[in-house]
Amino acid sequence: MKIEILNSHICDPLNTIDRVDTLYIADGKVVAIGKPPAGWQADQSIDASGLHCIPGLVDIAARLSSSGQPSASSISSETRAAVSAGITSLVCMPDSNPVIDSAAQLEYVQQHCQSSSQCHVYVIAALTTGLKGDMLTEMAALKQAGCVGVSNALQPLSSHLVLRRAMEYASGQGLTLHYQAMDPALQANGCINEGLAATRMGLTSIPNAAETAAVGVCLALIEQTGAAVHFARLSTERAVRMLELAHSEGANISADVAAHQLFLSDQDIPAFNSNFHLLPPLRSADDLTGLRQTIASPLFSAICSDHRPLEADAKLAPFASTQAGASTLETLLPLVLRAVEEKLLSLPQAIALVTYKPAQLINIDAGSLTPGSAADLCLFDAKQEWTLQADAMLSRGKHSPLLEQRFKGKVKYTFVSGQLVYSETS
Amino acid sequence: MQHFLTTESLTLDQLTAILDTAESFINADGSSVKKVPLLRGKTIVNLFFEASTRTRSTFELAAKRLSADILNMNIAASATVKGESLLDTLRNLEAMHVDMFIVRHQDSGAAEFLSQHIAPGISLINAGDGRHAHPTQAMLDMFTIRRHKGAFDQLKVTIVGDLLHSRVARSQIHALRTLGAKEIRVVAPRTLMPTQLEALAVDRYDTVESALTGTDVIITLRLQKERMQGALLPSEREYFQLFGLTPERVALAAKDAIVMHPGPINRGVEISSAVADGEQSVILQQVSYGIAVRMAVMSMLAGH
Repeated sequence: MKIEILNSHICDPLNTIDRVDTLYIADGKVVAIGKPPAGWQADQSIDASGLHCIPGLVDIAARLSSSGQPSASSISSETRAAVSAGITSLVCMPDSNPVIDSAAQLEYVQQHCQSSSQCHVYVIAALTTGLKGDMLTEMAALKQAGCVGVSNALQPLSSHLVLRRAMEYASGQGLTLHYQAMDPALQANGCINEGLAATRMGLTSIPNAAETAAVGVCLALIEQTGAAVHFARLSTERAVRMLELAHSEGANISADVAAHQLFLSDQDIPAFNSNFHLLPPLRSADDLTGLRQTIASPLFSAICSDHRPLEADAKLAPFASTQAGASTLETLLPLVLRAVEEKLLSLPQAIALVTYKPAQLINIDAGSLTPGSAADLCLFDAKQEWTLQADAMLSRGKHSPLLEQRFKGKVKYTFVSGQLVYSETS
Repeated sequence: MQHFLTTESLTLDQLTAILDTAESFINADGSSVKKVPLLRGKTIVNLFFEASTRTRSTFELAAKRLSADILNMNIAASATVKGESLLDTLRNLEAMHVDMFIVRHQDSGAAEFLSQHIAPGISLINAGDGRHAHPTQAMLDMFTIRRHKGAFDQLKVTIVGDLLHSRVARSQIHALRTLGAKEIRVVAPRTLMPTQLEALAVDRYDTVESALTGTDVIITLRLQKERMQGALLPSEREYFQLFGLTPERVALAAKDAIVMHPGPINRGVEISSAVADGEQSVILQQVSYGIAVRMAVMSMLAGH
């Protein structure tokens, strides 16, 4: 099957392509940009004038089920939501039930993905058994089974010593530790940022120090061990500044933020609206400004969705008693485009943070339009405006702090390995 | 008003109307009127997920004096223990054709949450939700202040104690601000002071002495025993030494200052017996005014 995509604005940051041109796909791979291969005869021709063509997005933090382990139907619905938003590679976090902490569990998820998934799915496996924070998982076996990293997600480790050993062991296996910095004692069952919103609503709060203290400890251990660590889902400006300094001094570290952390602060939380119950919490307006100012830093290797689909019941309770999380796959690209519109990032910088940079972080062959690579790509209309509505979301979870917001930029076609898996009209 | 959830969003006119209506339920001797037929035929449910004696019983008396039928539900010991969700509990009670719910719950935002899911035509009164709000308590405090002090615009009010965990203090601060109090002073150990409270137009003081100097109204808050466990405070003794209301400290306030407490009081912890039982104490009047104020809120929600 030979496909040509005519006259789109191709943005491929890895290859520093940012121009209107034609892209040629054959047998599931990108074969050329600009000049067709010798003897080219297209089976299908798509006129993409006015559209942008970028590598399919790589989202390094999502969940494929609301409760329990990813099933055929939840994998199908969540990856459907992903491809509708231009995401072609998705990383499933280990914090499902049961936890993905063994090669057998990982293979179980992979098998279901093989039959039901609409895009590539990768897994970050648990760092400790059951995410309980005490015993290391069999990382060599997990790596052999195909995990692309290890993480304890938001679950605490029982001590700094366990963190040190986990870092060293993971490094020895060539696995990147995705560390979510949150000191459990300082978090103290908080459900909202420590600040005026928490004071007004009388909710138990999480201080910035829960993040910065954990970052500080981890940096000390990195200095001790030389291990590589990826700092996941940062929420405070101070943590970013600490990490930027360490990064500039040569520490082998990188970081990401969830896209919504670049646009919302705790001041945006309407009284007790549980769609805004997120972990890490939405921080202060100052932190929001700080994250926006630093997102272009070389420290950052990804912007992710931190997608967590939840059943309706999970949010039907008073704020603190609801589950934290939101369905955010479908707003990842629109928010990244908003970051461009608001001049936080240039278009190639922004696209890099959702394509080749996260792909390099998890060491997968994706995120670029280099000839010879899989034709995972997304065509979107940068000008089309739309409103996020719960009943129009494809994810099973209908909760988002961004409901009813206007967005600019709509995906028209998504290809995975040269197959058209989504078109807006389908 | 369909619901009464917080004092935060209420206007000066609304707050004043509640105080004026409460006044109409007060006899010359300061007690509340014994029986009026305003809510005859209405069914009210006291839905308490958290233990309470004073608040629940004054709501019950207020409902009875308005001629309503009232049902007391102590949910702490029943349905939720069996795993029923908060919303299911509400639905079951709605099916009994209730006109008004009075809800106390340990979660901040519980009343707001239930009001969003309640059937149309049913009113809800927040009788305390977590650390968030306790608006009828705040209104009976405002009523007590107004009866003793008249206008609010020249008043200096000092709130002493565990503001972090206090829904009463939050509701008082919002009401005092809207009613135009001249100064709202707060003082607490730093571990019991919520962050950025100044943004609610209050002045933070470091010592109880400076906070009390020249003040017209002293409100002291209850200190829960469990605060000693979470390393928030070393001991009740030290708390009393630093923040306890003693006659010497009360003497720093204006001569005619009144002393208030939302109850129940811990003698020798946040207040000395000499102050609690002293001439300036209006603590027991707060309780009796509570009935009239709750009658006012209930009758106003019922459309009177």
